Amino acid sequence: MMARHKRMVVVGCIVAGVALAAFLAMQAFRANVMFFFDPSQVVAGEVPAGQRFRLGGMVVKGSIEKKPGTLDVHFLVTDYKHTVPVIYSKILPDLFRDGQGVVAHGTMQAGTFVADEVLAKHDEKYMPPEVARSLKDNPPPPDVIPGAT
Amino acid sequence: MIPELGQFALILALVLSGAQTFFGLAGAARRDERWQAVVRPAVAGQFVLISTAIAALVSAFVNFDFSVLYVASNSNSALPTFYRVAALWGAHEGSLLLWAWILSVWTLAVAIFSRHLPASFASRVMGVLGFVSMGFLIFTLATSNPFERILPVPADGRDLNPVLQDPALAIHPPLLYMGYVGFAVAFAFACAAMLEGKLDQAWARWTRPWTTLAWAFLSVGIALGSWWAYYELGWGGYWFWDPVENASFMPWLVGTALIHSLAATEKRGLFKSWTLLLAILAFSLSLLGTFLVRSGVLVSVHSFAADPTRGMFILGFLVIVIGGALTLYAWRAPLLKSTAGFDVGAREAFLLYNNVLLVAAGAIVFIGTLAPLIADAFGAPSISVGTPWFTRLFPVAMLPLLALVSIGIHASWKQGRLATQRSRLTLGLAIAIVVGLLVVFAAYGPGRWLTPVGVVLGIWVIVSSLFDPVDRLRRRLSLSRAILGMTLAHIGLGVCVIAIAAVETYTIERDVALAQGESVALGRYAYRFDSIEPLEGPNYDGVRAVVTVLRDGQPVAVLHPEKRNYWVQRSTLTEAGIHSRWNMDLFAALGDDLGAGRWSVRAQIRPLINYVWLAAGLMALGGLLAASDRRYKSKVPATETNPAAAAGVQAS
Repeated sequence: MMARHKRMVVVGCIVAGVALAAFLAMQAFRANVMFFFDPSQVVAGEVPAGQRFRLGGMVVKGSIEKKPGTLDVHFLVTDYKHTVPVIYSKILPDLFRDGQGVVAHGTMQAGTFVADEVLAKHDEKYMPPEVARSLKDNPPPPDVIPGAT
Repeated sequence: MIPELGQFALILALVLSGAQTFFGLAGAARRDERWQAVVRPAVAGQFVLISTAIAALVSAFVNFDFSVLYVASNSNSALPTFYRVAALWGAHEGSLLLWAWILSVWTLAVAIFSRHLPASFASRVMGVLGFVSMGFLIFTLATSNPFERILPVPADGRDLNPVLQDPALAIHPPLLYMGYVGFAVAFAFACAAMLEGKLDQAWARWTRPWTTLAWAFLSVGIALGSWWAYYELGWGGYWFWDPVENASFMPWLVGTALIHSLAATEKRGLFKSWTLLLAILAFSLSLLGTFLVRSGVLVSVHSFAADPTRGMFILGFLVIVIGGALTLYAWRAPLLKSTAGFDVGAREAFLLYNNVLLVAAGAIVFIGTLAPLIADAFGAPSISVGTPWFTRLFPVAMLPLLALVSIGIHASWKQGRLATQRSRLTLGLAIAIVVGLLVVFAAYGPGRWLTPVGVVLGIWVIVSSLFDPVDRLRRRLSLSRAILGMTLAHIGLGVCVIAIAAVETYTIERDVALAQGESVALGRYAYRFDSIEPLEGPNYDGVRAVVTVLRDGQPVAVLHPEKRNYWVQRSTLTEAGIHSRWNMDLFAALGDDLGAGRWSVRAQIRPLINYVWLAAGLMALGGLLAASDRRYKSKVPATETNPAAAAGVQAS
């Protein structure tokens, strides 16, 4: 029957399609997946130069500096061992505050993390899991982070 | 006293769900009519009891009973009554109760509308649903009791999370759950068919309206959530590939595949085991969605709290349900052979392509969503998969799907005689190319290469789906609700694609610092920051800006973006100012006081964005229409070769 041959062709097309999709997925993975680093890893130079990554840690209390009249914000992100300066020039999320956990996307440029996206969660008790894990080995000084137990 | 009554009702409901499971499954296995007779009363009783529990919790919320921990954590004396009721599903415990209640509603509906089905089959369906219900009731009572008391009683509650204090969000979870839980019915039908060892075209006919209905609810639920994120979170977009958005999208994609595969099973008795697998998969993904949201393993706006016990419980339940169903599948599915054959160009073949591509799309979302979790589990470095990954891969599955929809809609069952439809095919494509390119280049200007492709494909889908109904109207043939529903849903798909192409390409957005009287230009439009004034609400205060939008110097709209400070949780919330025109949204969100008299303002112009949600509405409406088609109401048990089905071959 012709139908059987045709069906073999269809099945062949499907297999080829799936293989192509898997290939594209792997390619896209390599180009678009971001890794997480904490300030100690950044200071230790573990981040490949020019690579976009996610930086996570606590916003140092009192470190948020806004340049009056502009969107530029500077702040420090710490894991209580090392600290990385961050610069950002878009609108900050509502829950961004000092003394809280934060995750930012961006690149290192001349010792400063230039962020293009800052994530703070819609719950002030919430701690990004990666930040929580990174801090587990460095217990913060008491009463520095409210609610982060 | 009332909260204890609610808890007691839940415990009784658990007992009844056990009875429902046991007598439903064992009664059918033993062909014991007296055992089976227990099932329907158990279903009804469970519905009454869980409703009682819901009523008890609502009453605690409405009457400010802060001695109940859940009420104290999620409401406040200043919270308006509407949100005190909606606060029921504002957090984990109440959401689970809502889940269980919606399941009891679906089960009750099955109990009522399954009287014309074979008794043992109906009994098994309800038995499986009882098992799911039992799992959720145990989960609720053991790990997440919403009626837990707190001592000492706080003077006031900690308030509902301010981001949830919004009308769209108040109805988003119930609708979403209607969809999630609705797939439990399709799942139960699949399990019952496997237990019976019999799956015929009549089975597909019984299953279709339930599945389509669940799918319609899920569509609306997802759209409402997306709309809420757009205007309430001030993110200014319709989809962010947030893990929890994805968690609801996966069952939707597989559910879409399922309703199409069911069409082939009903009309031609094909794809039987594939349909079963999809039914299992759709519900498993619904459960997985619940697990991902509730366990806090994902980094997302939705993950309220991380509680490992709860996560482990749902994971265990997931393993039992999916594992059990798949074991049953491995054992029984080989018995259910599809006998009919079909040509490559036949409608069945196109439904197969549709299924492959939809499942591939689901797999893409699945991989992207779970890759970070899997990397984590194997101790690999922590990774995140962002929007670029999804936007790059998703079209790979979607674009061919759109083209195949436009072609496959003209195909007839069994025989691949597409050549006879050549005039329709070429005419449809020609119209789509001409109109599409005209729209893209005349109205907007060239974007990326993907833009004209998307718009043309979208128009092609719309035009193609109109041929058959228009032809029927011309020949004064009747238009069944099934055809009307299918047409509407496909038009919705086309509209959605066009809207997404427009939003993705022609959006103009800028974050700027503005002082009073200053303006920023966005294309032909300008946003002028006029003034800022104080604002007071029932449980918040804040500021409200007046932003005038000018087009070619003429004012066209005034936007009022707000920045609210909710007193109790001391959280700040952005309320975007949006003016919708027929072809675009003018959007402004207020950022921070930057000092020196300036405020940060997020100004955006998004063409056609409302059509994304309108499209979801069209799809859902199409689903509702199709599910209410007359032939599903027929009480006559259908036979394997149904002449009516053969006559209505065009109606899928």
